[in-house]
Amino acid sequence: MADCDDVLREVYTYLDGETDGELRVRIERHLDGCHDCLEIYDFQAELRQIVARKCHDPVPDTLRQRVLDCIEGEPGS
Amino acid sequence: MADQARFAEEAMEFMPSLYSGALRMTRNPADAEDLVQETYLKAYRAFGSYEEGTNLKAWLFRILTNTFINSYRAKQRRPGETDLEDVEDLYMYHRLGGLEAAMAGRSAEDELLERFTDDEVKQALEDLPEQFRVAVLLADVEGFSYKEIAEILDIPIGTVMSRLHRGRKGLERRLFGFAEAQNLLPKGPEPSPDPSDETERVHG
Repeated sequence: MADCDDVLREVYTYLDGETDGELRVRIERHLDGCHDCLEIYDFQAELRQIVARKCHDPVPDTLRQRVLDCIEGEPGS
Repeated sequence: MADQARFAEEAMEFMPSLYSGALRMTRNPADAEDLVQETYLKAYRAFGSYEEGTNLKAWLFRILTNTFINSYRAKQRRPGETDLEDVEDLYMYHRLGGLEAAMAGRSAEDELLERFTDDEVKQALEDLPEQFRVAVLLADVEGFSYKEIAEILDIPIGTVMSRLHRGRKGLERRLFGFAEAQNLLPKGPEPSPDPSDETERVHG
């Protein structure tokens, strides 16, 4: 059973899906039984989701056209 | 070996990601547009060396970040922004009560996070020093793996992890600042008063 310090140290790599099988299982088992760690995990997961969702900007139409024109102007295109 | 004639067809779909990424890097629309255009032009010229079937988005981001670092970075750096030392110590940050601690135990904590506007989240990311900003952008916004980020930035995986760790803490701290400024945070414990006052209150 992993202890809280181990789990908190690995919370990012776990959320990133980059922990290996055995550690992953130990972390999951710990999160099942530890409310405090689960809360931190939930918070980090939620934070990650808002960053993923709220950092997108629409591409200006003019840019799309500029890039296509620029490529068409290349020799060989 | 990829066929140049198919470049536009294959690469244009990644423009929203590249443009948003370029905006976070350059922090202004005019430079972001130039950076994206330059990236596509370089990618088009080098498309012959792109290996069909490998990750095209990662390949394009590698060109984007290299172009940014080589051509735009010099005029982008803000004074005093090369360091994130003050957020390095995770435990100290927790002890001081970060965003996470302030929200611990709230049933609606995700609602509080939802109250951050797109602009605030973008701002928090853009305020990070460049190397942390780019790492967080690639991982958390674009969803690249550690290995892909290591290849895009040409750095070891351990460095990717440490930049992510520190960058995310910095981001969290910046958001904490926004929440605090708007009084969005729940009332935490009062700042530790003078011990003699404490005694007085307990016994009084």
